[in-house]
Amino acid sequence: MIERSAESLALQDQIDKCVHCGFCLPSCPTYMLWGEEMDSPRGRIYLMKAGREGRAQMTDGFVRHFDACLGCMACVTACPSGVQYGPLIETTRGQIDRQHPRPFADRLFRSAIFAVLPYPGRLRVALAPLAMWSSVVSRWSLVVGRRAPDDQRRTTVDQRRTTNDHRPSTIFTRLRAALALAPRVTFSSLFAPAVPERTPAIGERRLTVGLLTGCAQRVMFPQVNAATARVLAAEGCDVVAPAAQGCCGALALHAGRLDEARAFARRAIAAFEQPGVDRIGVNAAGCGSSMKEYGELLADDPAWADRARAFASKVRDASELVDELGPPRATRHPLKLRVAYQDACHLAHAQGIRQAPRDLLASIPGVELLPIAEADVCCGSAGIYNLVEPDTARQLGDRKAGCIAAVNPDVIASANPGCTLQIAAAARRRGEDVRILHPMEILDASIKGGW
Amino acid sequence: MDAAFVSELRRIVGTEHVLDDALELLTYECDALPHLRESPAAVVLPASAAEVQAVVRLCARHGVPFVARGHGTGLSGGALPVPGGLVIALARLNRVLDVDIPNQRVTVEPGVTNLEITKQVAPFGCYYAPDPSSQQVCSIGGNVAENSGGAHCLKYGFTTHHVLGVEAVLPDGELIHIGGTLVDTPGPDLLGLLIGSEGTLAIVTKIIVRILRRPEAVQTLLAAFDTIDAGGAVVSDVIGAGIIPAAIEMMDALAIKAAEAAVHPNFPPADTVLIVELDGPASEVKALFGLVHAICERRGATTIEVAQNDEQRARIWRGRKAAFAAMGRVSPNYYVQDGVVPRTRLPEVLNRIRQLEARSGLRIGNVFHAGDGNLHPLICYDERVPGEADKAVDVAAEILSYCIDAGGSLTGEHGIGADKSQYMPTMFTAEDLDLMQRVRCAFDPHGLSNPGKVFPTPRLCGEVPGPYRQHPAEAAGLAERL
Repeated sequence: MIERSAESLALQDQIDKCVHCGFCLPSCPTYMLWGEEMDSPRGRIYLMKAGREGRAQMTDGFVRHFDACLGCMACVTACPSGVQYGPLIETTRGQIDRQHPRPFADRLFRSAIFAVLPYPGRLRVALAPLAMWSSVVSRWSLVVGRRAPDDQRRTTVDQRRTTNDHRPSTIFTRLRAALALAPRVTFSSLFAPAVPERTPAIGERRLTVGLLTGCAQRVMFPQVNAATARVLAAEGCDVVAPAAQGCCGALALHAGRLDEARAFARRAIAAFEQPGVDRIGVNAAGCGSSMKEYGELLADDPAWADRARAFASKVRDASELVDELGPPRATRHPLKLRVAYQDACHLAHAQGIRQAPRDLLASIPGVELLPIAEADVCCGSAGIYNLVEPDTARQLGDRKAGCIAAVNPDVIASANPGCTLQIAAAARRRGEDVRILHPMEILDASIKGGW
Repeated sequence: MDAAFVSELRRIVGTEHVLDDALELLTYECDALPHLRESPAAVVLPASAAEVQAVVRLCARHGVPFVARGHGTGLSGGALPVPGGLVIALARLNRVLDVDIPNQRVTVEPGVTNLEITKQVAPFGCYYAPDPSSQQVCSIGGNVAENSGGAHCLKYGFTTHHVLGVEAVLPDGELIHIGGTLVDTPGPDLLGLLIGSEGTLAIVTKIIVRILRRPEAVQTLLAAFDTIDAGGAVVSDVIGAGIIPAAIEMMDALAIKAAEAAVHPNFPPADTVLIVELDGPASEVKALFGLVHAICERRGATTIEVAQNDEQRARIWRGRKAAFAAMGRVSPNYYVQDGVVPRTRLPEVLNRIRQLEARSGLRIGNVFHAGDGNLHPLICYDERVPGEADKAVDVAAEILSYCIDAGGSLTGEHGIGADKSQYMPTMFTAEDLDLMQRVRCAFDPHGLSNPGKVFPTPRLCGEVPGPYRQHPAEAAGLAERL
């Protein structure tokens, strides 16, 4: 039975707002792949509605269509009626999580993700064997040379002829996907020093910014945090990175694990409630998007509602911050680079930030921005999606990597760690050795005058 | 639908492309006219013309009715499933097969969206002219079925003026080619017959369309007026002056409010706004645009905004094109109607609609292609209020009767579909309808292709109600009974 709690009743308004016009269809990655109504935003909302009307039950089939949703929010951008799909999918996923029994292996896999990813300590331990493996491989490859790229051992798949067999992925495909996605970590990157708790502004202080160092970002891409702190300091910000902060809860929120997300949110709010912090800076699109939603997430918690709203109003993506600071203070040294900027869905669709990162990159002399086809289509990373739905994620990753390869950039700029991992894996399958950097790393290099 | 039929479908298109789970079928029970619903027995998603042909042959052999569906954005219930029937969804037939810029034509499969054609040819300075408001999603196959128009069809014509040829599967499974790559082919205009037949004659599997060069100059203005009559007078004056605008669109206060809430096009809060767009050679556009501006001023425009660049023009059009779907901002449900009146009778019919609005208690927004006299009243209702949905249908019927009274038509571009078939006798005589039925029977003698649409009462061929009556065309020796 589909729940009719107060929380879910509040969503009736959102469901009613959908007038079934279908404008969202071409924006939806799964509709793009399969062309099936029930795997489109309009179809999913129709199923939610049917559930409320008692015309649909929460069967395995019902759940499949919500599992297949990437939560990329491209439909929100496309919707002329203003349907807020985010809360709809999060609530539906929450109901599924509470009511729908999943097979043991599926449950175990999902629990493992949520028990490891949001905790930097555990994540380091999980990645340590890979670091060990990569140090072995790097020595070995010196002896035997490069192995053939994956795609030479696989037949080419026509992008437009993809299929949806409506079956959940097996544990084996998932594990294989997880390994393929894992970053190329080394011990020195895994145990890189944390961003200092306080980085003073260079020159006169314009703002004090609390920096979210994140969970996966901190472990897999510590250099992005370091670059962000340096850029913000160079632009006149005192940068505060409290050691007590943890995961922001984005992964849990987007998967509908709302209580878990709330616990993370409370901890993050408390960590940044320091006197003088004007803004909270984030360099991961998914995190920024969920932190901006803290107000709604904790709206029913009297002890936290006001604090959450106050916190959310200060959250800015790093590119937004640089834009907000006004005319650049630090000199941008030329970088001769052809850059393909890849829009993270949680920046472009969820936060509406498309121009700021492009402006930031374009402000660097010598940088040429290359427009890529299907820029507003999800790369398939989508939080934990590429771990739990590896087949679909791979199709989308291949498609994205193809669009990027078509413009032959020197560097791919990606403002979200999930997208970075996903695109790197897709490029490896194509046998390409691509360089993917966060816009902050590129700006940092320009300010420093070199890599 | 028996299991053998379904397993044969699976053999043709592959297991995963046949949907027969009740839950999944739910999502196919309506198109963008959600108050008409009917669950199909199955949905099949072929990926090639050969698969469509095999599926249709199977239907013909088993006598199973079928309905072709593109992306389900029709507003007249044209893709409403038939009970016990099959939906043939063409979303996977979405390849652009050929782009021939020197000869200005593009060949596509029916599931390609209208806007995709323009996207493909935009780098070469070309575009595909028909532009329904749903162009970002509506399929070209659906456009052919409905003979779709759009804001710019005043100057550039409807789908029928832009399709050179099609490949189609007849209801018995035969694959035919009509028209070709040239502007006109000898013989009767079968292409004209097929375009706008609303899926009752064939399923189109390949379409060759014409593309046009982007005009050298485009100028757009947005003018606001205190009364609908003033706006209507501008339309008449502009056309009376011998100017053929690329588009001339009107919106009323409620539609303006909805669009403003949805996409913030920065429309002035007015009783009526008019969007006038001119395109063509720069010198011509410049001269005529001055004339249009003067006409707006003379008729008492309260504000006139001239788009200074493409971005501002896009913003104005965003407001217009989002207007239908944006009604979700001001009402839980809405019902778009589509009727045509002679341009000169626009203000009169609109005033009757406004009186009806006051009388019925249902809010009615109005968006229309004023140059063509093509009205799109948006009737707001709340399906949760008992009786309101029915009332909306009654109001719509009344508006259509105003159109017919004024010498107009039941549809400008959305088609008759399932929604308006019942009103066909208000516009056509029994003889007219019989003649149409005969044409249909020539293509589909068993009535399997989208039955129940367009014609007031679904009947099989030969089932002429009452005793046989000779059609005047037959009596004159111009036609004979099949």
